[in-house]
Amino acid sequence: MKKILLGLVCIAALASATSNTSGYQIGDTVDDFSLMGVDDKMHSLNDYDDVKGYIVIFTCNHCPYSVAYEDRIIALQTKYGKDYPVIAINPNDPISYPSDNFANMKVRAEEKGFNFPYLFDDGQKIFPKFGATKTPHVFLLDSEKVVQYIGAIDNSTKADKVTKTYLADAIGALQTGAKPNPASTKAIGCGIKVAK
Amino acid sequence: MKWILCFALMGFVFEQEKPIRVFTEFEIFENEYLENLSSDTTYVVNFWATWCAPCVKELPYFDEFQLKNRNKPVKVILVSLDFESKVESSVIPLVKKKNIQSEVVVLTDSRASEWIDKVDSSWSGAIPATLIIKNNKKHFFEKSYDTFEELNQEILNIK
Repeated sequence: MKKILLGLVCIAALASATSNTSGYQIGDTVDDFSLMGVDDKMHSLNDYDDVKGYIVIFTCNHCPYSVAYEDRIIALQTKYGKDYPVIAINPNDPISYPSDNFANMKVRAEEKGFNFPYLFDDGQKIFPKFGATKTPHVFLLDSEKVVQYIGAIDNSTKADKVTKTYLADAIGALQTGAKPNPASTKAIGCGIKVAK
Repeated sequence: MKWILCFALMGFVFEQEKPIRVFTEFEIFENEYLENLSSDTTYVVNFWATWCAPCVKELPYFDEFQLKNRNKPVKVILVSLDFESKVESSVIPLVKKKNIQSEVVVLTDSRASEWIDKVDSSWSGAIPATLIIKNNKKHFFEKSYDTFEELNQEILNIK
């Protein structure tokens, strides 16, 4: 009986451990993906030659937090895109949020003049591998596709109240061969809606 | 002058009826709602926003839980994370439209990276999310509820 109990405890502990560590952690190497962009072309990390890393951002149309960061994401691509290209991925189920469907992604990208690929996680297979839970949710990878930073772009949804530029600082650290510190941060975001 | 006084009084009466407090600093909200709590009371603190569809859908379930337990030591607090500019235009109209009876507050502190962990370290920051404090113990749920019964069971199952 005791053994069975112990076994159950072990299973429970294992189960909770896996749920806490679902998705890529700092130091994990990301598998490449191939997703359709609003330019009607497929995009992969391997498309990029000679980059020092990748800024993968899960974002979408409907979420006001994502919208609040659109201009800042455009600015990141302008500033760092040559070495650290921005790759935006919309992870939401388009049935739950019609404003996040592929047609509306094209409309928004056009309206805002997105200067980075805006990809659709069709079938919602990629965001769970990253462990993204919300939009916006950032994963900074180095040139070997190793996750170096996870979390927020900065510490305020209001651009004029930002006092800590977490993502830019993390890129700065990588540029000098250092590890980002903090390597992970948190922000409020819109929970990713999974198809039922 | 009489008119001004009259309007002021009307405003006061309305405010008294359904005051929605806006907290620009997390620490003040925390001090008032998450600390020095009464151990015999079950607190259900739901984080939501008017723009979050699953949050708005489940709001009535929380309100129903409060109303069904009105004679018990149960306190539901609905914490809107809407931007400050949306309080008048979105939060108040939605609360009225849904006829929400539970206490609604708005937390507009934009330094979320610093206060999310203070609510619960397991919280990624996604909403909807719910903190249940029962028997002085905190239980955190980063999920949405599809029915009143699902929420009710979740709270009742906590020992």
